[in-house]
Amino acid sequence: MSEKVLMKGNEALAEAAIRAGCRHFFGYPITPQTELAAYMAKRMPKIGGVYLQAESEVAAINMVYGASAAGVRVMTSSSSPGISLKAEGISYLIGADLPALIVNVQRGAPGLGGIQPSQADYWMATRANGHGDGHVLVFAPSTVQEMCDYASLAFALGDKYRMPAMILADGLLGQMMEPVELPEAITPEDLPLKPWAACGHKNRREHNTVNSLFLVAQELEDSVIEREQRYAKIKAEEQRAELVLTDDADIIVVAFGAAARIARSAIKLVREQGIKAGLVRPITLWPYPKDSIANLLPQAKAFLTVELSCGQMVEDVRLTVNGKVPVNFFGHTGGIVPTPAEVAEAIRMTDKGEQFSLLPYKSKLIATEGGPK
Amino acid sequence: MQNYNIMLAGFGGQGILFAGKVIAYSGLIDGRELSWLPSYGPEMRGGTANCSVCLADEPIGSPLVLAPDILIAMNLPSYERFIGDVVSGGTVIVDRTMVDVCPTRHDIQFSALPATQLAEDNGLKGLANIILVGRLLRMTGFSTLESLNIAVEKSVPASKPQMVEFNKQALTLGYEFLDPKECEL
Repeated sequence: MSEKVLMKGNEALAEAAIRAGCRHFFGYPITPQTELAAYMAKRMPKIGGVYLQAESEVAAINMVYGASAAGVRVMTSSSSPGISLKAEGISYLIGADLPALIVNVQRGAPGLGGIQPSQADYWMATRANGHGDGHVLVFAPSTVQEMCDYASLAFALGDKYRMPAMILADGLLGQMMEPVELPEAITPEDLPLKPWAACGHKNRREHNTVNSLFLVAQELEDSVIEREQRYAKIKAEEQRAELVLTDDADIIVVAFGAAARIARSAIKLVREQGIKAGLVRPITLWPYPKDSIANLLPQAKAFLTVELSCGQMVEDVRLTVNGKVPVNFFGHTGGIVPTPAEVAEAIRMTDKGEQFSLLPYKSKLIATEGGPK
Repeated sequence: MQNYNIMLAGFGGQGILFAGKVIAYSGLIDGRELSWLPSYGPEMRGGTANCSVCLADEPIGSPLVLAPDILIAMNLPSYERFIGDVVSGGTVIVDRTMVDVCPTRHDIQFSALPATQLAEDNGLKGLANIILVGRLLRMTGFSTLESLNIAVEKSVPASKPQMVEFNKQALTLGYEFLDPKECEL
């Protein structure tokens, strides 16, 4: 075991990516992911890697596309508005079956929004990283150690399934420092060859083509459906979630990333008052860990999702719960981080049988859809 | 050991984030759970900086300190902003060179030491922050001088090795400083 060091989430992720054999980084500056790119700028030239600050996010993601097509481990990082700009390129990566790591250190939005932590890109990450049928693997770290651990996992699964993988973090996780144990380093030479890569071969084999253009509708449908079959396998085999105190729980809180940390503190508070609350913390947001939710349905009185948004993941919980018990929502958005006391109150209200979707508006709780409150 | 939720606040350039890092590293040396979270928002652009540090024996939930049991304030705006948030029974340490106040609260431990002045008088210019950390150690015993000395070694950038010794001197200076109790509570 290597010695634990104190690092910011952004820096730990960058170092972990390098240790996973990534030698190609293309990006464009934006807060709050700055330290990630800065770390790469400092380290890559010293280890024979490429750090390139492109002229725009669009250029950066297309450089990622090119490098991935050539078969190397490649990544980019940005924050919410920058990820929107990369959307076209991500769709191309999906369409060409190319792996790449895309890091989104989310900030308040829409528009330019703000620079404080947010989770309001959940829908973008899990539904629409660009046009067309398609998905990326989405990992949601909740600690600096996980910022580090999911980098190599995202690269590995991206390579395995030949698709982009995203780490969906936020400003809080990117900026905070915690002790972290860095993984053993592997070099690009340690990685298996990618037989599909469009790289130099001195005419020793047929040339490979990497492409997302299919002008014959039947060929396009076949390629999309082949990918859907892969997605079905991923949904069956790659769901990941952490369960906290769920064994005896009848109130199930569902939260990921930074919100899960707050929820964990809140659950500790209400448990002292005898409320049997537990936490499901999705680690993969796509594929969504439906099985973890479904397994708890028989014992659950109600669910409560806590998010740094106006309520996005709550829809995935409702799809799984399918109306059998109430699914409540509590959140803050725009860069405000909820307090454990607020979340504890939402858990107590859920325990009393209240049904709600609540956002605090000018220090007052307001309902965002139907229900008694 | 006791859990601590610490807020450090002051002007940018006073070493608020660094002092927080030294405290956080002492937690790592002591084998505790810890988190360090800087303010990085628009307020940073306005010249103030603050930093949340949590030390605990179980995994830390929210790293954002909203109700500190320890406040280190290095300027008046920070003192005024956070003094009301400190929990009853908490500890407040101010740099009296910068914050010339007597506390209006009677339910806290208060220490005002002229850290910036002490730093200048002892050839430790710029290390008022670490003097305050030394004082905090004396008042609360949140770690040990040995752990904090190692924390300094780990926190000082490799490009400035000469700063390790100065930081250690600042720690000791703050630790050994006796509060003149100028404020009658």
